[in-house]
Amino acid sequence: MTLIEEIKIQEEKDIVLCRRACREVARQLQFNLVDQTRITTATSELARNIFEYAGEGIVRIEKISKNMKQGLQITFMDEGPGIKDLNEAMGEGWSSHRGMGMGLPGARKLMDEFSITSTLGEGTRITVTKWRR
Amino acid sequence: MELRIPILKIQDYLIVPIQIDMDDATASRLQQDILTKIEMTEASGVLIDISVMEMVDSYLGRILGDTARMANLMGAEVVLIGMQPAIAITLVELGLRLEGIYTALNIDQGIQLLDNLITQKEENGGS
Repeated sequence: MTLIEEIKIQEEKDIVLCRRACREVARQLQFNLVDQTRITTATSELARNIFEYAGEGIVRIEKISKNMKQGLQITFMDEGPGIKDLNEAMGEGWSSHRGMGMGLPGARKLMDEFSITSTLGEGTRITVTKWRR
Repeated sequence: MELRIPILKIQDYLIVPIQIDMDDATASRLQQDILTKIEMTEASGVLIDISVMEMVDSYLGRILGDTARMANLMGAEVVLIGMQPAIAITLVELGLRLEGIYTALNIDQGIQLLDNLITQKEENGGS
């Protein structure tokens, strides 16, 4: 696992910086255009989640490999209020005030792997992975 | 520095070329600018060119859809033009279908679609 970049999310503009950085890394790792777009879109959803619910957090972009496959792994960490009901948050109907509730389930659909841990009062950590085909 | 997307007027139509990766504030500002410009110019149609947009997430998708519906309420038609294949794929996978939104492959087809929509409206209104 190689750390490529770490980005702080503190203001709304950081969502754009973060998705641009992920797109650049995806391009360098030679993901195809559709996968670059999936990765960029999922990153935008999850970075916005941090900004909206926790106010600030960190996004870590890493290159990983497994069984000769190369992948891009992105971790979204915050010390915000945490999510009370993960099942509900991962469901399609979850409505946030701006995102239409597509943030988490949407990002999961766009990526190959998705894991989330969240503790009330301590924060949330989401890791997503896309493997190069 | 605040970014602003230009809005051009050609005959009865407004053309909005989105050439940058917009942050949320810029997108929301654009929505207001388009509606204000419709009122000021009495434009009957709006073409939003998204052909160079590299991604549309749920927030931007919702802003685009809402803008079209709001313009409809005011009496103007909106057509999104030039959506890249990768964006169409991600939008559908994301579950964002932009229902009721008119789209066209390019600016020529967009203008033709607007012409047709507006002719239809005039015919219905006149009967």
